[in-house]
Amino acid sequence: MGMRNILPVFTVVMVIFALWYAFAIVLNKNWAEDKATRGGYELSFSELVADTWSQKKPRLPTPDQVAGEIWQSTGVAAAKKWRRTAGDPLFARISEVLNDKRSLIRHAWLTLSATMLGFVFGTGLGILLAVGIVHNRAMDNSVMPWVITSQTIPILALAPMIIVVLNAVGISGLVPKAIISAYLSFFPVVVGMVKGLRSPEAMQLDQMRTWFASKSQIFWKLRLPSSVPYLFTSLKIGVAASLVGAIVGELTISQEGGLGARMLQGNYYGTTLTIWAALILAAALAAVLVSSVGLVERITKKRMGFVQ
Amino acid sequence: MARNDPDSNRAPAETVISASNLSLTFETNDGPVHALKDVDLTINRGEFVSFIGPSGCGKTTFLRVLADLEQPTGGSVSVNGMTPREARMKRAYGFVFQAAGLYPWRTIAGNIKLPLEIMGLSKSEQNERVQKVLELVHLDGFGKKFPWQLSGGMQQRASIARALGFDADILLMDEPFGALDEIVRDHLNEQLLELWAKTNKTIGFVTHSIPEAVYLSTKIVVMSPRPGRVREVIESSLPRERPLDIRESAEFLAIAHRVREGLRGGHDDG
Repeated sequence: MGMRNILPVFTVVMVIFALWYAFAIVLNKNWAEDKATRGGYELSFSELVADTWSQKKPRLPTPDQVAGEIWQSTGVAAAKKWRRTAGDPLFARISEVLNDKRSLIRHAWLTLSATMLGFVFGTGLGILLAVGIVHNRAMDNSVMPWVITSQTIPILALAPMIIVVLNAVGISGLVPKAIISAYLSFFPVVVGMVKGLRSPEAMQLDQMRTWFASKSQIFWKLRLPSSVPYLFTSLKIGVAASLVGAIVGELTISQEGGLGARMLQGNYYGTTLTIWAALILAAALAAVLVSSVGLVERITKKRMGFVQ
Repeated sequence: MARNDPDSNRAPAETVISASNLSLTFETNDGPVHALKDVDLTINRGEFVSFIGPSGCGKTTFLRVLADLEQPTGGSVSVNGMTPREARMKRAYGFVFQAAGLYPWRTIAGNIKLPLEIMGLSKSEQNERVQKVLELVHLDGFGKKFPWQLSGGMQQRASIARALGFDADILLMDEPFGALDEIVRDHLNEQLLELWAKTNKTIGFVTHSIPEAVYLSTKIVVMSPRPGRVREVIESSLPRERPLDIRESAEFLAIAHRVREGLRGGHDDG
């Protein structure tokens, strides 16, 4: 990002924060006034503001409260566990810290694992389907409508059924969540890969014909490399969809933890801070995942000689 | 495949490509389109044959029939004594398209290797041939560059090198210099003649340009559209050795005039 972009971005962020704090006053005002009425005292404006920005269960927590909550449930929690396990072997201590049930690190890690596994499943399935669709007329006509239909069913309605069915056949733990995650992420991969595998021009295919190339040679030497830019665009959408899928899965199997489970928990107990902390962490996770795919994309394209 | 010795053109002519009563009709929503109708043509070994005519005269279609990229609907055609399909299976020809069509993810050497990989040549033979054809098109030293690092003219030379790599004795070229500017085009025409003299290949060359056709060819096939047919076949009396300034000679201008007349006649009928 160049220097020219910093000022506008900074301004926008500042405006968002200002609006956020303003809304916190508006939304949390009632509770502060109720307390004042019951206690029989008057609130000055500055006292009102101070109260709305520091409630324990605010309707809308302020950014600094959310940041504080994240810090408490990651850094502080990890430090506590670290001190408590002093004397244990190093790896045991690290594993204790990562598996601390009170720590958001563990929940984020669970969500990340389900996301990654789902992303791998979804990408694999998406590529396989795309290869089939491009090479087989029957699949082209029959599979694509189902692929599109699959995405019109609300995943929230489908998730419990997937879990129940998989549990019935003895699959539980990470895999059911990864499958829900894959259900969302395979779609952009199929669409992008079909487009990418069909991106070679008629002239390039004629050229292959003149060399009497086989279908598999055309696939490996022309179609697949041509599809790489399309694939990466899909992967960036797919990895974000994977994260959403993993969180939906965690809302359904909440006893195993994860950021989705934390959001649900926050919902039960009315602790908006818990919800917001999990939400922000999920967003940060998405940003990291999408930009990691972007990084791999840049390196791959550079290596392949695609002009930037 | 045995390479012809340089003075083979003095030996009795050997037919490489022959078409008789060749027709190709495309069925479209607006009715049939006669891309080729009753085309009779013979091309001998070592000839440089240009196909010229207005859009829709079937010159590209004819080349594509030879390459087995289109199927004729009537008549017969043979390439090296085989059907076009057999010729394609035996890799009897190299085809150069209007666009260079180099793969951006492969280097120039990698692009030239592509057909060689498909044909299953050994690595060492691939490298040897790449080196040879790069020299032939004056691109030695550019093997490691990527296509985008080369100018349009150089890219087209690389694509010619790719078509030469597997040493087919027929070269089919579909308006290969059509997208290039005139200065680059002149230069490439000169180099193409030099390459033809060195390799003694049989070349079929589609073009829109009268000077290009006259400068390059030993035989000029003038075609007319609707239906696409051969209007005239002009044998060039120019020597095989042709410096660029031959284009100002009276003989050159006379042949160009005949081609132009032939094309005009074609238009009157259409």
